[in-house]
Amino acid sequence: MSDLDTPLRPPGARRGRRTSTSPRLFGLLMFSPFFAVFAFAIVAPVLYAVYLSLFQDRLIGGSVFVGLRNYGQALEDPQLRAGLERVGVFLLIQVPIMLGLALLAALAVDSGRLRWPAVFRIGLFIPYAVPAVVAALMWGYMYGPQFGLIHQAGAKLGAQTPDLLSSSWALASIGNITTWEFVGYNMLILYAALQTVPHELYEAAAMDGAGEIRKALSIKIPGLRRALLLTTIFSIIGSFQLFNEPNVLQTLAPGVISTSYTPNMYAYNLAFNGQQFTYAASIAMILGGVTAVVAYTVQLRANRGERTR
Amino acid sequence: MSATSTDQQAGAVRHTRQAAASSRQASRRRAHSPVHPRRSAPLTIVMVLMLAYTLVPLLWLLLSATKDGPSLFSSFGLWFGHGFHLFSNIHAVLTFNDGIYVRWFGNTLLYSVVGAGGAALLATCGGYALAKYDFPGRRVLFAVVIGAITIPATALAVPTYLLYSKIGIVNTPWAVLLPSLSSPFGLYLIRVYAAEAVPDSLLEAARIDGASEFRTFRTVVLRLLAPGFVTVLLFTLVATWNNYFLPLIVLTNPKWFPLTVGLNQWNALASGVNSGGALVNYYPLVVTGSVLAIIPLVLAFLFLQRYWQSGLTAGGVKQ
Repeated sequence: MSDLDTPLRPPGARRGRRTSTSPRLFGLLMFSPFFAVFAFAIVAPVLYAVYLSLFQDRLIGGSVFVGLRNYGQALEDPQLRAGLERVGVFLLIQVPIMLGLALLAALAVDSGRLRWPAVFRIGLFIPYAVPAVVAALMWGYMYGPQFGLIHQAGAKLGAQTPDLLSSSWALASIGNITTWEFVGYNMLILYAALQTVPHELYEAAAMDGAGEIRKALSIKIPGLRRALLLTTIFSIIGSFQLFNEPNVLQTLAPGVISTSYTPNMYAYNLAFNGQQFTYAASIAMILGGVTAVVAYTVQLRANRGERTR
Repeated sequence: MSATSTDQQAGAVRHTRQAAASSRQASRRRAHSPVHPRRSAPLTIVMVLMLAYTLVPLLWLLLSATKDGPSLFSSFGLWFGHGFHLFSNIHAVLTFNDGIYVRWFGNTLLYSVVGAGGAALLATCGGYALAKYDFPGRRVLFAVVIGAITIPATALAVPTYLLYSKIGIVNTPWAVLLPSLSSPFGLYLIRVYAAEAVPDSLLEAARIDGASEFRTFRTVVLRLLAPGFVTVLLFTLVATWNNYFLPLIVLTNPKWFPLTVGLNQWNALASGVNSGGALVNYYPLVVTGSVLAIIPLVLAFLFLQRYWQSGLTAGGVKQ
C-alpha cells in the first residue's frame, strides 16, 4: 500500500508546511479531546494514587502524612509477597504454554496445508469476544462437582478426575481459562505479522529444498520476533493484573481462593472490605511498578538479543 | 473543492483499494501456490483438537441453556436434557426481578456504544493529528501516552474509585464511561495506520485547492482511516462490553450494573454465598443470561471480519 501512495519527494520536503499556522492549530485541536480524556482517566488517578500512598488513615488524628512508610509495610507484607509469587508462577507457566499454542496455530493456518484455514482462524478467535466473567463462570461450572462436564466425561470414561477447584488445582484451572480466552487473539496477532514476511524468502527457501518445518524455523519465527515480543509483553501485563477469573471462581470455591490470591484482589479487598484506601493505593502503585519493570526488562533483553545477532 | 482535487482524492482512494485488492490476491495466490500443495493430516488433527478446545465449552453453554434446573444436574453436558427449555429460560431471564437483566443489557449497550464509539473516535482524531500534523508538544505528549499503555488498567481502578468518589461521580454512568473513553493503544494503532493510509500529497493537494483541514478530514481522510477506526472500535468494544473490575468498584446500585457484574451477582445467589443456602434455580438464569450476553460481540466479530483482519495487519505489527 505504502509503495504506491508515498509521494515522490525527499523526506525533508514536509518541513515546508510548518510555516503555516493553521495546520498546526488544527493538529492541536484534533489531539486535545483525546488528551483531555486521557488526563482525566489515567494521569489524574495515577497522580492521586501517588499522593494517597504517602498518607495513612488513623483512628485518632485522621489522615497523617507518613512518607514512604506504606511502601515499607507493603514490601514486608507476606500476603502481597505470596500474591506476587503466585502471579509470577502463573506467568512463567501459563504465558509460554499459551503463546506456544498461539504460535503453532498461526504457523499452521499460514502454512497452506490446512483445509479451510479461515474456519480455524475465526473459531480459535471467538473466545476473545466472550467476557472474562462469562468465561470464568462457564469453566467454573464445568470444573465443578455438581454439573461439571469434566467430571461427567471422566465418569463416562471410567477415570477419576481431580477436583479442579481445590487449592492444588485452582491456579492451573485459572491458567486454562485465560489460555482459552486469549490463545486465538495471540494467534491472530502472530498470523497478521506472518503476512508481512516477504514472499521472496519463501520462494528462495523452496528452491533450496527447504520443507515447511525448516521454513517455519528459519524464516517465519525469526520474522515474528517483534510480534512475539508484543504478545509477550501484553501477556505479562495481563498476568500481573489477574483479577476477574479468580474473583469469579472465588464465589464457586470460597475456601480455596483467598482475598489476597492475586495482588489485584488484595488491593481490591483492602480498599473495599477493609477500608484501607491509602495502603491499597500503595499496593496498586507497587503492582504497576513491578509490571512496568518486568515488561521493560523483557523488551530490553529482546532488543539486546537482536543487536548481538 | 475543485474537480482536480476531487479526482485526485478519488484516485488515491482507488489506489488504496487496488493495493489492498492486489495484496489480497497475492495472499490467495500464495495459499494455492504449487510450492506446498499437500494438505497435512497430522497438522489438521492438531488444529481440529485446538478448535474443539475453543468451541466445545461454548457448545456446552449453549446446550445447558436449553435445560431446566433439575436436568442441568442430571443430564450429560454435551447433549440435550429432558425437554427443550431454551425459550422458557430466556423468558425467565428477561422477566426475572422486574426485568433487571434487560436493564443490565441496556446499560452494557450504553457503556459500550458511547464508551467504545467515543474512544475510537477520539483515538482516530488524535492519532491522525499525531501522524500528519506538527503541533507544539507533539513528541512529549505522544511519549506520555505510550508510557501509559504499560500501566495495568486494573491497577488504576482503586485510585480511580477514590478520585471519582471525591468528585462525586461514583455510582453514576459517568464513572464507567469516562475511563472507557480513553484508549492509548487505539491512539497508537491509528497513528501507525494513518501514517501509511493517508498520503501527504493528498493533504497538500487539498490545501492548494483551498479546502480547510477539517473539510479534508471529514470528506476524505475519515474514509481512508475507516479500516483502522473499525479495528480500534472492535477492540474498545470488547474492552467495554467485557469490563468487570471497574464497574464492580464504582457502582453499587444494581440499576447501573453492566451484564458482567449482574451475572456474577446472580451466580453468587445461585451458589449461596450471601444467602446461606444455594438457590439452584438461579443456575439456568446465569447460564442462559451468559449465552445472551455473548451473542452481540460474536456477531459483531463475524460480520466485521474483513475490517479487523486488515486493520490488525496494517497497524498492529508493522512498526
